[in-house]
Amino acid sequence: MRILAVSGSLRESSFNTSLLRAALEAAPDGIELELWEGLGELPLYDEDLETDAPDSVRRLREDWAAADAILFSTPEYNGSVPGGLKNAIDWASRPRLEAAALRNKPVAVVGASTGQFGALWAQQDLKRILGLAGARVVGTEIPVARAHERFDSEGRLLDGEVFAQLRLHLTTLASEAVAAADRVAA
Amino acid sequence: MSTLDTTTIAPAGTAWTADPVHSDVAFEVEYAGVSMFRGSFRDFDATLEGSALKGSARVASVDVKDEQLAGHLQSPDFFDAERHPEISFRADELTLADGGTVAGSGELTIKGVTRPVELQGRLSAAPSVDPFGRERLGLSLETAIDRNEFGVAWNAPNQSGGNYLGDEVTLKADLTFGRQES
Repeated sequence: MRILAVSGSLRESSFNTSLLRAALEAAPDGIELELWEGLGELPLYDEDLETDAPDSVRRLREDWAAADAILFSTPEYNGSVPGGLKNAIDWASRPRLEAAALRNKPVAVVGASTGQFGALWAQQDLKRILGLAGARVVGTEIPVARAHERFDSEGRLLDGEVFAQLRLHLTTLASEAVAAADRVAA
Repeated sequence: MSTLDTTTIAPAGTAWTADPVHSDVAFEVEYAGVSMFRGSFRDFDATLEGSALKGSARVASVDVKDEQLAGHLQSPDFFDAERHPEISFRADELTLADGGTVAGSGELTIKGVTRPVELQGRLSAAPSVDPFGRERLGLSLETAIDRNEFGVAWNAPNQSGGNYLGDEVTLKADLTFGRQES
């Protein structure tokens, strides 16, 4: 079981990337979680580029399509999903919805912010966007609020409850991915 | 030859199959609180034998006037064609009343959820015979369901209040049956 972990934040010491690193440790046996970094290399979505899709777009589509599932972690910019993450999803939902990398892909979301709501709006929007992109959205939101108090200076998660939530979230996501794989094999 | 009696929908002992070109399996749901949105399934089958009707429709064949919407309807948000490629239906005992009125209970399966439904409809007055001697009869049925009970619960808030899509969906089947050649 190979799950990609995609952070919506490009910042070097991003809390959302740290949250995904914690998820790497929280992953139960049998789940291989891998950070996917390529958001910042993507051009803005432009259908004209489809005729000869840039390498960055090809890599996105191949990597996301090959994963058994994807875990997204999103910060909240102006009340919603960062443009860069939305842009990646737009690329991954094309060129045709039926054949897109996100089609029927089991996905789950988490999110962290320094505010008191833990990027809840962004996670709600992200779930809606992923559903429209054809993905199989699994589980509820995991809002990690006051993120600056939940990680140490090295970016390590200090909150055991969040760690347990991540583990459960990954278990739920993996069981959906297994069901999806069974379906394809049948 | 056959004639319809007052108790069965079609002559017992003979299977009648729906002619897909001259039949329609459709759904309608309130949109934005102001109008009805309609769609249909292009690929379906239905068989009638005596008073028993069964049929199924392929989710991948959902037909609406927008490609993106058709894709969304097939996705896990709606019918989830990958896991539940078919919608199926059966009614073992439809009853025919005076004037061609048909009623009965049936079982509908959408997205893997099977629930009882009540049907009302009409049977054509009598079978017609086409120039090649083939008998045909018409059966129209409809039922109303709460789509949430089948896990087809996607919605979006309407800024004027409520949601964009209604919860109640009317399913309509207008079926032209031909007597199956034995």
